[in-house]
Amino acid sequence: MRGHFLGDTGLLLGRSLRHISRSADTIITTTIMPIAMMLLFVYVFGGAIRTSSESYVNYMLPGILLITVASGIAYTAFRLFTDMKSGIFERFQSMPISRSSVLWAHVLTSLVANLISLVVVVLVALLMGFRSSAGMAAWLAVGGILILFTLALTWIAVIPGLTAKSVDGASAFSYPLIFLPFLSSAFVPTGTMPGPVRAFAENQPVTSIVNTIRALFTEQPVGTGIWTALAWCVGILIVAYFFAMNTYRRKIS
Amino acid sequence: MRGDRAKGPAIQVEGLKKSYKTLQVLRGVDFDVARGGIFALLGSNGAGKTTAVRILSTLLKADAGTVRVNGFDVATQAAQVRGSISLTGQFAAVDEILTGRENLVLVARLRRLKDPGRVADDLLARFSLTDAGGRRVSTYSGGMRRRIDIAMSLIGDPPIIFLDEPTTGLDPQARIEVWQTVKELAGRGTTVLLTTQYLDEAEQLADRIAILHEGRIIVNGTLEELRKMLPPAKVEYIEKQPTLEEIFLALVGPTAKHEKTANSEPAQSGAER
Repeated sequence: MRGHFLGDTGLLLGRSLRHISRSADTIITTTIMPIAMMLLFVYVFGGAIRTSSESYVNYMLPGILLITVASGIAYTAFRLFTDMKSGIFERFQSMPISRSSVLWAHVLTSLVANLISLVVVVLVALLMGFRSSAGMAAWLAVGGILILFTLALTWIAVIPGLTAKSVDGASAFSYPLIFLPFLSSAFVPTGTMPGPVRAFAENQPVTSIVNTIRALFTEQPVGTGIWTALAWCVGILIVAYFFAMNTYRRKIS
Repeated sequence: MRGDRAKGPAIQVEGLKKSYKTLQVLRGVDFDVARGGIFALLGSNGAGKTTAVRILSTLLKADAGTVRVNGFDVATQAAQVRGSISLTGQFAAVDEILTGRENLVLVARLRRLKDPGRVADDLLARFSLTDAGGRRVSTYSGGMRRRIDIAMSLIGDPPIIFLDEPTTGLDPQARIEVWQTVKELAGRGTTVLLTTQYLDEAEQLADRIAILHEGRIIVNGTLEELRKMLPPAKVEYIEKQPTLEEIFLALVGPTAKHEKTANSEPAQSGAER
C-alpha cells in the first residue's frame, strides 16, 4: 500500500482542510491570544520596556509568532483526538489505504492552519506599526524557521492527540509551550534577569529562535545563532517524531 | 467482481486468545462463517464481541490463535484482509463536519473507485438520504447517522462486512431500518458478521448464531438447532397482549421515514458538488 501514500494523504488532507474552512473559529481562537498579548505589550507595558529596538512591536513580534504556533498546535491535538474518539480513525485504519497517511494528513493540516494564523498575526502587527526592511531571502528564511518550528511542535502535539483520555488532556500540553517565550528574550532583553533565570532564558530554544528571526527582520547578521536555532528545531522535530511514531505504532497494532 | 478467494469459508477463527494485562477477554474462540448470509455473535456487554471484531478487522493483534478472513491471515496479510472487508464500528464512524455526500465521496476516493460522485449519489438514494446528502452529518438523527455509516461501509462492495452492535442506541424505527438494510445486504451475497446483545436482533436477522460467553463460544448453530437444545415446545393458550413496541410502531408508523418530516430544511443535495 506504500504506493498510495501520497494520494491517500492528499485526500485526507483535503478532508481536514475542509474542517478548517468550515470552523474558521479555530483560526480566530488561535490568533486572538497572541494578538491580545501583542496589544497589551505594545500599548501597556511596552512604553516602560527598554530594548535595543526603536519600535517595541518590531522587537516582540518574533516571540508573538512562536506563541501563535504554540497555541495553534492545541487544535492539532484536538483534531486528532476527535478522530480517535469518533471512530473515523478506526474506519480509516480498517480500510485498504496507506495507514500512515492518516497521521501525515493531520500533520500537514496543522502546518497549513498555523501558517494561516501566522499570516493573520503578521497583518495585525503591520497595522500596529510593525515594519521590516527585510528582503525576500530574509522573509523566506523566517518562513523556513517557522515551518520547522511548527513541524517540531506539531509532532509533539501528535502524542497527546493519540493518547489523551479527554479533550482537556489533549490540549493542556500546549500551556507550558505558550509560557516558554516569557522566559526568553522574546519580550525583554535577558540582561536584566537574575542569574539562574537568565541562564535558563539564554539557553532555552525560544531565545535563539527569537533572536534569529529578529535579526532577519532587521537585516542584522544572524551570526552563529541561526545554527543554534536550527539545531533546536531539527532536534525537537526528530525526537518528537520518533516518540509520536512509536506511540502511533502501538496504537494501531 | 468480488474478490472471493476460492470457496472456503469467509471467516475462520481458531484458538483465538486475547488478554488485556491480567484480564482474559478471549480464552480460545473457534468459529467459521460460511460465505453469504448473516452470522450473529451474541453476547452480553463485556463478553469480548468488540475485541473479536477488532482482531478480525486488523485493528488489534491477537495473543494466540489464527484468524483467516476471505482466505487471508489477519496477522501476515493484513492489507489483503482490509481489501476484503468493511467495518462498521459500535459508534457511527462518520465525519460530522462533512456532509453525508462528502463522507461517501471521501471513502469512494480512498477506495479508488471510478466516478465517486455517482457512487455517493446511488448510495444516498438507496438509503433514502438524497434530501439530506448536502447537509452536514452533525445535523442528522441517530438513525440517519447509522444509515450513512453503513452506506460508507458498502462502498467498493467488499465481500465481508462487520457490523459491531449496529442498533445499540437507536430508536425502534431506526432499528427496523437497519435490520432491513442488513437483510438486503445478505440478499446480495455479502457475508455479514454482526455482533449484538439483543436476542431479538439475532433471532430476526441471523442464519447462524454463536453465543460468546466468558471468552468462549458456548453455542454455535442455526436458530432451529438452538431451539432444539431446550425442552420441547408445549402448547399453551394465552391471551396475546400487544407489546409496547407494537403499540408504538402502530401509532407512529413503522415504515415512515421520520427524518424527512422532522427536518424541514430544503434539499441541498446538489449544492456541494
